[in-house]
Amino acid sequence: MKVTGWGNYPVVEATVHTPSTIDDVKKIISSTDELIARGLGRSYGDSSLNHTILSTLRLNHILAFDEQTGTLTCEAGVSLAEILDAFVPRGWFLPVTPGTKYVTVGGAVASDIHGKNHHVSGSFSNHVHSFKMLLGDGTIVVCSRTENVDLFWATCGGMGLTGVILEATFSLIKIETAYIRQRVIKARNIDEALDYFEENQHWTYSVAWIDCLAKGDSLGRSALILGEHATKDEVGYKYRDPLKIDRPFSASVPFFFPDFVLNTYTIQVFNMVRYASYFSRDSFVEYEPFFYPLDMILDWNKIYGKRGFTQYQFVIPKKSSAEGLKTILKRISESGEGSFLAVLKLFGKQEGILSFPQEGYTLALDFPLTQKSMNLFTELDEIITHFGGRLYLTKDVRMKKEIFEKGYENLPRFMEIKRRHDPQKKFLSLQSRRIGIV
Amino acid sequence: MKYVLILGAGSDIARPLAFLYAKHGYNIYLASRSYDQLVRDAHDISLRFKVDAQAFKFDAADVASHQSFYDSLPYKPIGVITLAGALGDQKQSEQKFTDAKNVIDVNYTGLVSIIHIIAADFEQRREGFIVGVSSVAGERGRKSNYVYASAKAGFTTFLSGLRNRLHSAGVQVMTVHPGFVRTKMIEGRTTPGIITASAEDVARDIFKAQQLGKDFVYSKWFWRFIMMAFTMIPESIAKKLDLK
Ligand SMILES: Cc1cc2nc3c(=O)[nH]c(=O)nc-3n(C[C@H](O)[C@H](O)[C@H](O)COP(=O)(O)OP(=O)(O)OC[C@H]3O[C@@H](n4cnc5c(N)ncnc54)[C@H](O)[C@@H]3O)c2cc1C
Ligand SMILES: NC(=O)c1ccc[n+]([C@@H]2O[C@H](COP(=O)([O-])OP(=O)(O)OC[C@H]3O[C@@H](n4cnc5c(N)ncnc54)[C@H](OP(=O)(O)O)[C@@H]3O)[C@@H](O)[C@H]2O)c1
Repeated sequence: MKVTGWGNYPVVEATVHTPSTIDDVKKIISSTDELIARGLGRSYGDSSLNHTILSTLRLNHILAFDEQTGTLTCEAGVSLAEILDAFVPRGWFLPVTPGTKYVTVGGAVASDIHGKNHHVSGSFSNHVHSFKMLLGDGTIVVCSRTENVDLFWATCGGMGLTGVILEATFSLIKIETAYIRQRVIKARNIDEALDYFEENQHWTYSVAWIDCLAKGDSLGRSALILGEHATKDEVGYKYRDPLKIDRPFSASVPFFFPDFVLNTYTIQVFNMVRYASYFSRDSFVEYEPFFYPLDMILDWNKIYGKRGFTQYQFVIPKKSSAEGLKTILKRISESGEGSFLAVLKLFGKQEGILSFPQEGYTLALDFPLTQKSMNLFTELDEIITHFGGRLYLTKDVRMKKEIFEKGYENLPRFMEIKRRHDPQKKFLSLQSRRIGIV
Repeated sequence: MKYVLILGAGSDIARPLAFLYAKHGYNIYLASRSYDQLVRDAHDISLRFKVDAQAFKFDAADVASHQSFYDSLPYKPIGVITLAGALGDQKQSEQKFTDAKNVIDVNYTGLVSIIHIIAADFEQRREGFIVGVSSVAGERGRKSNYVYASAKAGFTTFLSGLRNRLHSAGVQVMTVHPGFVRTKMIEGRTTPGIITASAEDVARDIFKAQQLGKDFVYSKWFWRFIMMAFTMIPESIAKKLDLK
């Protein structure tokens, strides 16, 4: 069947196996020369693509939960959406969540995903106690900070290239309500935005939406959104059960909706409206529109049509963040290649060997895949490498091997571990071949 | 202590359906032949929703075991939903009666047996709901699956009679008419994307209609109209069509 990533490019013809037991996973692995695991396919590019794909979507059982500590063990195909569904009403939340809840636990570990709380909570692997994985030779191993340590750190962020994650054990965090106390601060330009990030580091969640088309003194004009899980005292009087939000999404949620019209003019208008409509007193919003505004429009990725799109996400180390971001924003605003989704976040330290986050600032921008934007990316790659930064593999679909190698200084260590545990080179993706992990 | 019993719980529709009931506070009994799988599913449901969920071995075709199966349930259920069904292979069914008989037993005879046992209990208690998953296939015979379809037709008629019988006892009997559903039953076959429902869609439709006390539900809803049109084609014309 035809399979593609979230960006709808590339589309490959693949044999997809969807085993429902570990024995079946074993059989598939032993009878296949080369394959890659796949969860919900929310990686943008070719990370979960190959000609043989092992889908984890039928390995989706919750296996254990400790009500005292919030420790959850589940199979790799369980989605974060299912976890929220089951555990938010009981007062538990994900320790780290990306901007969509439709990702699997396996995908969360393999991309070592980050959320708006990276500067406080680190990435997903920081909350993983252990996981069980199947290696290329059919053995099942448990990996943790004390057992098979090298595999643990190579698999967190390892993009499925070390083996198939079968189950993971990780911690949920306690919440009192399903609401977020949100504060919005407008920043006139990038310097102001970075200052606000630094000043507000004590907030658990922070993210800035940047108006990419602002120029000159306004370069990096943005709205910084801060959030904390609301306490019962803060919202309790309003709701009978503040942990339950039963009604489905409505369009009247107090959060803006991206408008998906993609020519430069409307983007400009849209950015202006967005910019002016922020207000800066604390408000209470449901967790879903706070964390997952885009999930309200299922399949919004189809908007870009058949040519596909990509998200260009990079991180630049803190010491050169301001200069680097300015150079890049300037280049983008000059190019007129409007990116309507520009999201800025602050990162803490790196976790896994190939994990994306490193102390600094990360910017994510959506672009349609056109020749013009491809040329722009090549230029941006050089700037990012120059400032010591790197690109996020789970969003990437076009990075060159050289750029990858410069960005990921721990690559030799990863390769050494991969060669040791996957000597037959069973676990490869189209992406891994492109960037030289073969 | 409300329990919902799902018969044929090996179906891909069973889990999303059980999730909905469990989310609304019902305890769950899962029953079919794949016991090991059901044990995993039951454990998962109890962890997700903090309800009691248990697995049982049940074979629709083994009618002799039905009374003892029902008696073995720790608490009598408030509702039962039958998902058990088998498409069989039409060609095999034509050539070997034992194959045809199995299709008929799983889709019809066996369900008559178990549902009558449960109906007697519900009738006496004057409460409960019985949901039977039939199929739009039962509304007109086609050369590609008429053994299966005729068993479903029998089942649909059975349910409507039962509904009439149990109405005065206040027991709800609901017939579900799914169109195409993306499950392992039709795996590998290509069905038109837009009219093919997901297992989750069907589960949601069943749950909603049952809770509203409906007599029947089509899933998805437009199948009611597709079938209306399809059954209006005169037999003299239909017999000449290449119906797949
Ligand atoms: C709208 C949107 C917002 C996003 N926001 C963020 C964000 O804020 N932060 C962030 O970090 N990411 C973000 N992402 C990216 C997303 O979190 C990752 O791509 C994630 O890995 C997707 O999970 P998945 O289950 O869809 O995995 P897939 O896309 O199917 O696979 C991703 C990678 O994980 C590997 N993998 C999957 N399952 C297994 C397994 N069981 N064993 C081994 N390897 C496996 C695959 O081989 C592949 O390399 C976003 C994506 C979208 C679409
Ligand atoms: N898929 C469709 O397009 C479609 C369309 C219309 C109607 N339906 C109906 O929807 C219902 C669910 O089907 P599905 O699509 O989910 O197919 P399915 O996945 O094949 O489920 C049918 C289930 O019935 C169970 N079953 C089979 N023989 C049994 C027996 N002797 N005793 C007890 N249980 C038995 C099986 O579970 P075990 O193996 O565990 O016993 C099986 O999982 C069926 O009644 C089917 O006819 C399906």
